[in-house]
Amino acid sequence: MFSFDKASLGHPGQAVFESLSLSIGAGEIVALLGPSGAGKSTLLEALRQQQEHQVAWCPQAGSLVPMLSVFHNIYMGALARHSTLYNLRTLLLPSAAEKHAVGELAQALGLEDKLFTSVDRLSGGQAQRVALGRALYTRRPVLLADEPVSSLDEHQGLTLLRHTLAQHTTAVVALHDRSLALACCQRIIGLRHGEIALDAPSDSLSLGDLDALYQ
Amino acid sequence: MTPPLNTTASQWRRTSGWLAVAGLLAFLLADLEITRSSPGHELQRMASGFLSPDFLATDALWRALANTLSFAWQGTALGALLGFLMAMLWHRRAVRSVAACLRAIHELFWGLLLLQITGLSTITGVLAIAIPYAGIFAKVFGEFLEEADPAPGRALPQHTSSLSLFFYARLPLVWRAFRAYGGYRLECALRASAILGFIGLPTIGFHLETAFREGTYDQGAALLYLFFALIFTLRWWLRPALVPLYLIAAIAWAPPLFHGQLDTLVRFVTEDLVPAPLRHGGGTSELLSWLISLWHQQLWPGLWQTVVLGMAALLVTALLSLVLFPLISPLFGNRASRHAGHGLLVVLRTTPEFFLAFFFLILLGPSMLPGIMALALHTGAIVAHLTGRFSETLVLRADAPSGVNRYAWEVLPRVSPNLLAFLLYRWEVIMRETAVLGILGIHTLGFYIDSSVAEFRFDRTALLILATVILNLGVDALSRGLRKRLRLKPGLGV
Repeated sequence: MFSFDKASLGHPGQAVFESLSLSIGAGEIVALLGPSGAGKSTLLEALRQQQEHQVAWCPQAGSLVPMLSVFHNIYMGALARHSTLYNLRTLLLPSAAEKHAVGELAQALGLEDKLFTSVDRLSGGQAQRVALGRALYTRRPVLLADEPVSSLDEHQGLTLLRHTLAQHTTAVVALHDRSLALACCQRIIGLRHGEIALDAPSDSLSLGDLDALYQ
Repeated sequence: MTPPLNTTASQWRRTSGWLAVAGLLAFLLADLEITRSSPGHELQRMASGFLSPDFLATDALWRALANTLSFAWQGTALGALLGFLMAMLWHRRAVRSVAACLRAIHELFWGLLLLQITGLSTITGVLAIAIPYAGIFAKVFGEFLEEADPAPGRALPQHTSSLSLFFYARLPLVWRAFRAYGGYRLECALRASAILGFIGLPTIGFHLETAFREGTYDQGAALLYLFFALIFTLRWWLRPALVPLYLIAAIAWAPPLFHGQLDTLVRFVTEDLVPAPLRHGGGTSELLSWLISLWHQQLWPGLWQTVVLGMAALLVTALLSLVLFPLISPLFGNRASRHAGHGLLVVLRTTPEFFLAFFFLILLGPSMLPGIMALALHTGAIVAHLTGRFSETLVLRADAPSGVNRYAWEVLPRVSPNLLAFLLYRWEVIMRETAVLGILGIHTLGFYIDSSVAEFRFDRTALLILATVILNLGVDALSRGLRKRLRLKPGLGV
């Protein structure tokens, strides 16, 4: 599904990855770990470009339109599968069916009473759930997410990440919570200084093995 | 049960919705007739004039250009000086009120009043610019000073004289902003100076009006091209070090000497401006009936037409801004389309709305339509320019949609607060300009002001100008209230 062969990633002149070789197959659920600046976001962006039309994208902060409601921000995941006319109509006057579909999704995310509140009036954790909601509503098989549950509490983070991963066949998720990575993903890729420092199935790894990445 | 609607966007939508309803009502009430029988033919002639401009037809052309520059320089300098002095006393309510009244009266109205005292002279042109600009400079400088960091002033030892404090701890903080704003105002003054030609002063506008009225479009086009060249090259010739030189040259070319007699001024104020019934020894009842008939015949119709035209223009301005800003935004189109967009907006921004209205009047004949088109094109280009520039700061996510979806979902919600703030700021300017368009023959307040001057009934002139002041202050207060309620941030350079 994804593959790099001695690829140079990042901006020309200041590449984050000098020579990256990696392949990720369909059906794999992968966690990206590593200290900040290791290249997680750069790698995710490169993956997105390889399968642009298959990907449900969940980037970090700033990815939502703050003045629009939760409903509209989640619906934006579906912009590509509807006609422009229908999209314009939904911006002004959403249909009952659309409200129902997005409403159900919001309920699973614990946002049902905030459905028509704008994102700039939500807490950081609530906004993060909206971003996940948009990725879910994209309804595409491959999830690429950058720290999707970093502002949620441990329990909620685990539940929502599981819920989200269950609805995608393939996923690559950047995380900083190591136990979450071990609990939810089958394969762990550890990045350090623009190189792959670790690449192994998660059931062969312990928390201690992962700590080494950050030292 | 549907959860409650509680979004920031819906607040903006509601306010814009009400303004749009007002604009639509204004359209229903507006006189939009095209009275010219063959506007297409006239447009063709105009276009051929613009394609073959005649720069040699009149030697008055270069003289008019020099006058335009000279008035603008002297007016801006004097206005900045007076405004600066007022800004130092900005904490006083009285100063703020005086400044508000000075800038609420348009340059052309000041010009009409001053013509009666100082005649067709340099000083009329200079003061017509300097007086309202003093009010504008005072406000802008005053607000710069208010927003400047107070810490350096607090750090000075106690008993430092307030003047020393001002020059050491306040002025240096805002000097750059002052200078930049002064440059922008000079550009505005060039436009104002050109327009003053329409009331008889010997600037570009005078010859432009003659050329276009007589249908010698090739000469008119040459004047307009020169005017554009002057403004487009501003950034190359306007150097801080050269400012004193330009000022000396401006004064040497057209010295602002007072040739009139002082008793003209005294008579103008103590007799001409006094309501006719009082001047002729009448009492309150005569004054009242004079006022009532003035209200029915001129004040009310003038105010009504001004508001109707202004609101209709605001609506079209908003629609045009929405359409035009993507032309220059890096989020849409390609390099070529953005260059073309910039070109279009620059021309529309640079041409004074008064000129545009004049052209459309010639093409379409007198009705509100030319006024609405002119105001909307000029202001719409300004708002679109500012909004487009603001959109340069937006960073969209990598999988953001393109085309109409991008515009409606990603960009429009994000630029809305700025767009709305720019529009509300410009609302007052639109109203000011609407009143002035009357001088061209559209029946707004300016029409009645112009005719009262022609009839030497200056008592009426004063009252009608007062009406424009009240209208402008009212719109300004309304706009400020709305901006505050919606928590819209002010934008610079509006």
